[in-house]
Amino acid sequence: MVQPLDTLIETPSQTAGPYVHIGCIPSFAGVEGVYPQDLGTSPIAEGAQGQIITITGSIYDGTGWALRDAMIEAWQADAAGRFPGQDGADPAVSGFCRFAADKDSGLFTLRTVKPGATPARGGAVQAPHISLWIVARGINIGLQTRIYFGDEDNSNDPLLSRIEQRPRAETLIAKPDGEGQYRFDIRLQGDGETVFLDL
Amino acid sequence: MADGPLMPRRRDMHPVPFDPDYKTSISRSPRWPLLSMESTPSEETGPRFGASLLGPLDNNLIMNYSADGSPAIGERILMHGRVLDEMGRPVPETLIEIWQANAGGRYRHVKDGYLAPLDPNFGGCGRTITDAEGRYQFLTIRPGAYPWPNRANDWRPMHIHISVFGHAFGQRLITQMYFEGDPLIARCPIAATIKDRGQLERLVAPLDMSHARPLDFLAYKFDIVLRGRRQTMFENKPEGM
Repeated sequence: MVQPLDTLIETPSQTAGPYVHIGCIPSFAGVEGVYPQDLGTSPIAEGAQGQIITITGSIYDGTGWALRDAMIEAWQADAAGRFPGQDGADPAVSGFCRFAADKDSGLFTLRTVKPGATPARGGAVQAPHISLWIVARGINIGLQTRIYFGDEDNSNDPLLSRIEQRPRAETLIAKPDGEGQYRFDIRLQGDGETVFLDL
Repeated sequence: MADGPLMPRRRDMHPVPFDPDYKTSISRSPRWPLLSMESTPSEETGPRFGASLLGPLDNNLIMNYSADGSPAIGERILMHGRVLDEMGRPVPETLIEIWQANAGGRYRHVKDGYLAPLDPNFGGCGRTITDAEGRYQFLTIRPGAYPWPNRANDWRPMHIHISVFGHAFGQRLITQMYFEGDPLIARCPIAATIKDRGQLERLVAPLDMSHARPLDFLAYKFDIVLRGRRQTMFENKPEGM
């Protein structure tokens, strides 16, 4: 016999389903008037410091078809690498954004400031990145991934360095596509499958 | 920051990503393993929402979509519980959002074409923020079961979708609450993506007569556990010191 552990187990996840927008982005579902506005429509307010950027992309399933019912959440630091709530963080950066793939095209757009590098444990420095959490019908537990930037120095990033196969690391790097524009596609399965995270 | 690393997720306690009986998961589940690492500040921080976000009826789905003061039609219920972390500590001041079908199993969503009618006084979304002890409550109507295009005659059990933030982006969780005694739970391929039977039972809310209000509403209790933080003893001691 041993002493019992007193820790609890996390509540199991379930899929967000095809109607996730009713609860999380009501106006997208056609539910108007319950809240004054949807939560997290922009990660930045007027006057945010730093470079304003726009990232567009799609989420593809294993057949190459773009998801039309996914919801994505993004979380990031401000231009100086401070997370909202930390000392000295830019008050115009909430850092949180919620957006949906377009009902018809499957395209998503995230307009934000480019985040700065952030410190990690043991003196490491993380290259600028935006954390993503993806839920949808058919996804039983939300998928975590990150957007890095092709025009930044990513060579010392602790997470990217953990990926043995360089072609796989490339799946986390947004491609510059004009001034302040980036393309970032997410492939759930198959050729070019995006690296998903457990951390 | 005083925040330690998040405890790693026990993936065997969660649903499997690939489950052929839930057909949509076949093409939407990664084939490569996840990249596992200790959490970083990117996962250990997260958005916070204050009570100023909330309107007075945000957690009352019976009234928050009413056009003329009429209540939504259906079985009136209180859904309540606590949000804790794996260390058993309450998670105060965290945002909970719910969404659900109406009493007939119809969702108010542009993409739902089920023949059961919409209820003109029911929108189907609500939100609240936990109190200092991690408690929350919603007043709503019990959702109906509904059919869905999976296998030829699949019906979802009565359920309410729940989204919880916690205090860290790495704690983010979406799940579903089922109702005690519903015979459709055992037949549902989405519920069955959870392979640990004890874990599935944790999504089934018991009838809670102690919180029912006589002549008004029944009650169901649903507690939620989010990821905890690892103990940080010895954390700052360099190796060999």
